[in-house]
Amino acid sequence: MDLFALLNDLFFDYTLRTVALGSAVLGIVSGALGSYAVLRKQSLLGDAISHAALPGIAIAFLLTGSKQTLVLILGAAIAGWIGTLFVMSIVRTTRIKFDSALGLVLSVFFGFGLVLLTIIQKRPDATQAGLDKFLFGQAAALLERDVITMGILGAIAILITMVFWKEFKLLSFDPDFGATLGFPMKFLDILLTTLIVLAIVLGLQTVGVVLMSAMIVAPAAAARQWTDHLGTMVILSSLFGALAGIVGALLSSSIPRLPTGPTIVLCISTIVVVSLFLAPRRGLLWNWLRDRRNRGRLHVEAILEGLYSLASSHENPEHAHSIAVLRLMSSEKAGVDKSLRKLEDRGLVRSVNSDKWALTKAGVLEAQNKIKMREGAN
Amino acid sequence: MTSEQFEIQLIASVVAAACAIPGVFLVLRRMAMMSDAISHAILLGIVLAFFVIRDISSPILIIGAALSGVLTVSLVELLNKTRLVKGDAAIGLVFPVLFSIGVILIAHYAWNVHLDIDAVILGELAFAPFDRLVLFGHDIGPKSLFVMGTILILNLVFISLFYKELKIATFDAGLAAALGFSPGLIHYGLMSLVSVTAVSAFDAVGSILVVALMIAPAAAAYLLTDDLTKMIVISVVLGIISSISGFWLAIFLDANIAGAMATMAGVLFIIVFFFAPERGIIAIARRRSHQRWEFAGKMLAIHLLNHEGTADEEHESQIEHLEHNLRWKENFAMRVVNYSANNGFLLVNGNRLVLTSQGREYAKESILDD
Repeated sequence: MDLFALLNDLFFDYTLRTVALGSAVLGIVSGALGSYAVLRKQSLLGDAISHAALPGIAIAFLLTGSKQTLVLILGAAIAGWIGTLFVMSIVRTTRIKFDSALGLVLSVFFGFGLVLLTIIQKRPDATQAGLDKFLFGQAAALLERDVITMGILGAIAILITMVFWKEFKLLSFDPDFGATLGFPMKFLDILLTTLIVLAIVLGLQTVGVVLMSAMIVAPAAAARQWTDHLGTMVILSSLFGALAGIVGALLSSSIPRLPTGPTIVLCISTIVVVSLFLAPRRGLLWNWLRDRRNRGRLHVEAILEGLYSLASSHENPEHAHSIAVLRLMSSEKAGVDKSLRKLEDRGLVRSVNSDKWALTKAGVLEAQNKIKMREGAN
Repeated sequence: MTSEQFEIQLIASVVAAACAIPGVFLVLRRMAMMSDAISHAILLGIVLAFFVIRDISSPILIIGAALSGVLTVSLVELLNKTRLVKGDAAIGLVFPVLFSIGVILIAHYAWNVHLDIDAVILGELAFAPFDRLVLFGHDIGPKSLFVMGTILILNLVFISLFYKELKIATFDAGLAAALGFSPGLIHYGLMSLVSVTAVSAFDAVGSILVVALMIAPAAAAYLLTDDLTKMIVISVVLGIISSISGFWLAIFLDANIAGAMATMAGVLFIIVFFFAPERGIIAIARRRSHQRWEFAGKMLAIHLLNHEGTADEEHESQIEHLEHNLRWKENFAMRVVNYSANNGFLLVNGNRLVLTSQGREYAKESILDD
């Protein structure tokens, strides 16, 4: 399919437009709220919440008989919230650690949800069709109504985040300081967790219980690489989430038998990998280049000082020395020629003949400076 | 009880025992979520191995799956080493990718093969007895019973061979490294064990029950004992109880067996969470309330002792003044007085409180204690 036809469909094809919009909303909301989960080192909380939501969906259906998105989302949110509360109270009152509490709540709630789903399946009066889509997500089944519901709830979540911006920032970076300033940190903690629960249950229908946790962690982890600023991080994270959502939806619609949820997850994971490698200042590539540059600079300085210490045993500080001696003194034999040439370019050394090098006047001064600076630093 | 029902319970019990053993170390080493990551990521290994072998029942699939479990662990370690992501984010980034690739490969290339994602996640224990192991023309039992029995024995052997190493590495990683055990080797050994167990178990019970059976019994046992050996034994017992009671719950409700077992594992945990003799919620609450009364009683005795024989004794020892002097609410003050009188520390003389000799000793001891 060519790009134009794809874009045409994006705007005019009902299913594709709905799916892409829904995925974008999901990406924006989970990206924004996920930033806080990741910063607070609660990345896997999303995993537990999304699994814990399953019995809520089933109970909401059992009680109301309705398959409306809003009803199911409400059930999911309540169950996810109760699950989180369980995790928190287990960690607070016992010696069981956070990870065990997460694993426990995740598997037990999910197991209970399965029990309820199979019970619903066997009820004569109702088909469970539409409920099991929450397991793995079924973006294609999204209706415009669902997307509007998601959009409104998501907008509310983001609005609350903006209203409590300063408070949530305190909560994420220095909750003790926040408490001394008189902010109700416990209330804020519960509010933020509730918003994260909301962000997660909004996405369940699209990417499913199993993969929803990725939508919380991945956009935020990618955004974190590009900035040290909370505001920038939240915006970037939302953008990454939206981009992955739209691209994933487009890819899965244009290639047959490519499920939407996993495709969106692969898209956002690609963004993570690119960020891990390329992000300025933090990225792996950047680090590697910086290490190389530093190594080179240190080597050049070592050669300069080596020449100086050799020269200081002579009357004339500009006495020439054999390159073989410098090689012996150096940690990296191969780099000696290169470093000497760099020094020559800066006018600090000169070659006397093919394998003898000497400091220039400027070189002597520079070496003395370097040594003085280092001693000053110590 | 039919023989199928008996066999299902037997298989589930063996699975529970096999899962509980590595689970104890996951809980103690704070790596519980690794079981979740591994149990999801093995889907990719199974799919890839299937593409090579083209046989859904080949045991090589298990090896492929176990390798992808180890791959998950390595990728998580690698990501952690870059220090670019914090805490548990590495786990949350790695396993969804592997799982997604697995799901896409199934959907895209193997959609016409019976490789059901639902079965991977949910498990279908009810069918386990129908897959028989036939040796020399004799039916010797359900295949998964033998597979899981082997895994259980493997786990038991590993734990007993490396018990000391695992124990030291778990409780004092620094000491273990100083004694010359490689922490990395123990980590990867344990993780391989988790992978192999998860892979073999999920075939029978699904990946979520694997997580439940690894974590819930071990977490409950952690609240019941301080002894590693006892913790392992208790976890195994709790796991088996969850399995059998879960089975009957599933029969009663006509529901998914694995889900019911996970539910029962959770119910058992909640019972322990509330009623554990020392670490349960109720025991903690009772200890706190006991300490509160004891402390208040001590304070009252010391207060009375301090003012004995002084000019303001009469004023200070009046019940009404406790409210003011010790800043107690009236109701609370009365209850402390009753508590102390019942313990024989003081006598109520009209409006005044008088220490008994026993109470005097108690107050002196309390001062010396602190």
